[in-house]
Amino acid sequence: MTPAVECSGLTHRFGTKTVVDGLTLSIERGEVFGLLGPNGAGKTTTIRLINTLVPVQQGSIRVFGFDVGTQAMDVRYNLGFVPQQLSIEAALTGRQNVMWFARLFDVPRAQRRARTDDALAAMNLLDVADDLAGTYSGGMIRRLELAQALVNRPALLVLDEPTVGLDPIARDSVWERVRAMRAEFGTTVLLTTHYMEEADELCDRVALLHRGSLRAVGAPAELKSALGTTATLEDVFRHYAGTDLADTDNEGSLRSVRSTRRSAGRMG
Amino acid sequence: MSEALAGLPAAWAEPAPLIRAPHGWRRLVTLTSRMGTFALVELQKLRHDRTELVTRAIQPVLWMVIFGTTFARLHAFPTDVPYLDFLAPGIIAQSALFIAIFYGIQIIWDRDAGILNKLLVTPTPRAAFITGKTFAAGIRSIAQVVVVVVVSLLMGVAMTMNPLKLLGAALVVMLGAAFFACLSMSIAGIVQARDRLMGIGQAITMPLFFASNALYPIDLMPGWLQVVSRINPLSYEVDGLRGLLIGTSSHLALDFAVLAGAAVVGIAVASGLLGRLVR
Repeated sequence: MTPAVECSGLTHRFGTKTVVDGLTLSIERGEVFGLLGPNGAGKTTTIRLINTLVPVQQGSIRVFGFDVGTQAMDVRYNLGFVPQQLSIEAALTGRQNVMWFARLFDVPRAQRRARTDDALAAMNLLDVADDLAGTYSGGMIRRLELAQALVNRPALLVLDEPTVGLDPIARDSVWERVRAMRAEFGTTVLLTTHYMEEADELCDRVALLHRGSLRAVGAPAELKSALGTTATLEDVFRHYAGTDLADTDNEGSLRSVRSTRRSAGRMG
Repeated sequence: MSEALAGLPAAWAEPAPLIRAPHGWRRLVTLTSRMGTFALVELQKLRHDRTELVTRAIQPVLWMVIFGTTFARLHAFPTDVPYLDFLAPGIIAQSALFIAIFYGIQIIWDRDAGILNKLLVTPTPRAAFITGKTFAAGIRSIAQVVVVVVVSLLMGVAMTMNPLKLLGAALVVMLGAAFFACLSMSIAGIVQARDRLMGIGQAITMPLFFASNALYPIDLMPGWLQVVSRINPLSYEVDGLRGLLIGTSSHLALDFAVLAGAAVVGIAVASGLLGRLVR
């Protein structure tokens, strides 16, 4: 069976800066795959290349066998995406937000209302479905975004830092829903996160990126045991990313800080 | 790799049914359906944000009441009909222009809010997204048209009440708003920043307005300006509105053709530049 995602020789440059450097990676169907790495490691760019947002410069990506360059529409029909930044239409109600995405994915008219309600119910938002999304808390917005991303029952769910800025309870509830989603529909999940314990607990396999290239890939248990019996995933992270985390600062991280702040501002 | 899957329940390893994108003529169905979706969403957003419709109507009313009455008394311009009658369609076109010319800010806002990135990875042709915005610009403009028509009637302008002609006028305003909204969204795609777009919008709005037949007949202008105003789609919008609402002699077929053509070109260009806003 073709893998869910297959990147081969993927290289991406912004000007003279290489942000993704010869990445070759395969994600199996049905697994939860974590992309880890320090700020500026190329995680978000890799995600944007896989989800067809940014055109591939060099190398190739296939999603369920569809080429992201020439068959982008086929890829998009099977994709659910939750970006790092909290982003919903505040001037629409929760239900209108989800209904909108149901339409964008050609969910048949007869099923649209039921599928929307199912997605809202799964995210525990049915009670507030008719309130304006602008009145939601950060955790509620993230769950609303998951409802949007899931209403088309995507074969691949892509989550870029889905729990950044959420309190621990909201974070747990997001993961609980993602797990339930996979259990029910066999969804493949590709995510990035900064929380190592989260990645350890959730991911079947993780890949460690540093300066745009792949340093290690495997099940968290394998990677940990390769370092020693008491190693944590955080130790693995430090081992491959080095201890020079402060030096990796660049515009990528500045932008992510900014957008997190902006989200926080909008939520406040 | 298969090792990692070994411990999973059987259902997880089964492929979710994949969906194929429509091909051939069915892509046209998708495009039409997406345009409808975006138009609907814009209407839903508008319903929750109605105060703007009222505050935006103040300016065109002031143009009619202050500028219009003064210039009507001056008899400054030789017009076939009373000056207020001549002016009213110009003010309608102007108010639509003022709304549409800043519409690019909406997509910069959508970009900054992360919504644009999310929408661009849904199976939606970019033209549908742009068309949705032009539709919204048109609807907001129509709301102003209603206000200007009512004020004009109160001021004694001999405006038609023929529903077909009013419908035609609404269509003219929608097409004009579509073109200027696309102009604005194209500029947004090029400059990519709200403040620069604001600056350019402010710089071009008044020249577009004065270099048209909105306030005075084109014949009064110096030759070079007549050329400019004949290229300016706003002139065709005003000409069409005058013909439909006041009944002056106009070139309706040409007006509709120019406006429709400008709108289609605008949608194509703005859609092509939309990808530049991704970051």
